[in-house]
Amino acid sequence: MSTPVLVAIPAWNEQESIADVIAKVQEHRPGADILVVNDGSTDDTADRASTAGATVVSLPFNVGVGGAMRTAFLYAKRHGYGALVQVDADGQHDPADLDRLIDGLDSADVVVGTRFHPDSTYLVGGPRRWAMVLLSKSLSRMNRGTISDPTSGFRSAGPRAIDLFAVDYPADYLGDTVGSLAIATRRGLVIHEAPVTMYFRQTGRPSKNALWSALYLGRATLAIIATSLKKGATPRGDAA
Amino acid sequence: MIANVLGAIASIITFVFVFWLMRRGVLREKYAVLWLLFSGAALILSIVPGALRAVSDVVGVETPANLLFFVTIVLLILVSIQLSYELSRHEARIRRLAEEVALLQQEMRGIRGRRDGD
Repeated sequence: MSTPVLVAIPAWNEQESIADVIAKVQEHRPGADILVVNDGSTDDTADRASTAGATVVSLPFNVGVGGAMRTAFLYAKRHGYGALVQVDADGQHDPADLDRLIDGLDSADVVVGTRFHPDSTYLVGGPRRWAMVLLSKSLSRMNRGTISDPTSGFRSAGPRAIDLFAVDYPADYLGDTVGSLAIATRRGLVIHEAPVTMYFRQTGRPSKNALWSALYLGRATLAIIATSLKKGATPRGDAA
Repeated sequence: MIANVLGAIASIITFVFVFWLMRRGVLREKYAVLWLLFSGAALILSIVPGALRAVSDVVGVETPANLLFFVTIVLLILVSIQLSYELSRHEARIRRLAEEVALLQQEMRGIRGRRDGD
């Protein structure tokens, strides 16, 4: 792709990993514009990201991944980027896959990096896996094309998706991943997927007990139902 | 009789309190009017004992108190829903503002950097 690409990294208290992630992105896409959306971090995330060479946009308080990503889409739209790739700040995503996600935009509006493919080493079991399968099934039906890993946060968006997400991006839990795909599907955007490598998160929430899984399943279902019922926000001039 | 007096006192206190909040400017008129109407209605019901009975007969409710409870609960539920709605709207707006502030701040830093660089 020849269009300017923005690599967007939503970050909330990721001072340990942020510089590393930025360095890896620069290694795989030299000269790429990197935007770190600092989501109300109380640690040194913003400074370290800035030192590492990223543009930093700091939200005054924590708004969640959804809000942070909408900020990134707004930024991309106002600065005329034709493509945006989202990368997690915790080092879970491998920037070596960036090219694949960006090239996929030639034939799609959104490309979702999927962990579930034959070569993947990423394994999830139990109720969490069932939840993911359920989400995948319902979204795939809406999309008329398979989305095997709808909760993946490693994805890219083309110009049409940037325009849409700058205005309408769900802020609720799981809405940022699952809900945004539902919105894109409803707007008739083309969603493809590409195989990516993901590492297990080093830090963060490792709690995968039964209660957590049940909650996860419930909230995910709620996210899908909510977005499929919701009347889409009409793009307004003031948001652009 | 004592119950009636208690009811009247309670509704008068509510009325005066809401009115005082509104005058101080801490409660917006659109919310205040609602509570003033509620307390006004409660006051009428407590000083005119026959009123509730009469309404119950018309609607066909045997125990007047049940009608009172029913109407009160419905009204309170409606008010709660309305508050949730307002809260959701405000959360969305605050988030939007936060996003704008963040973007503007970044833009400002860029402008300052360029100006100081010259």
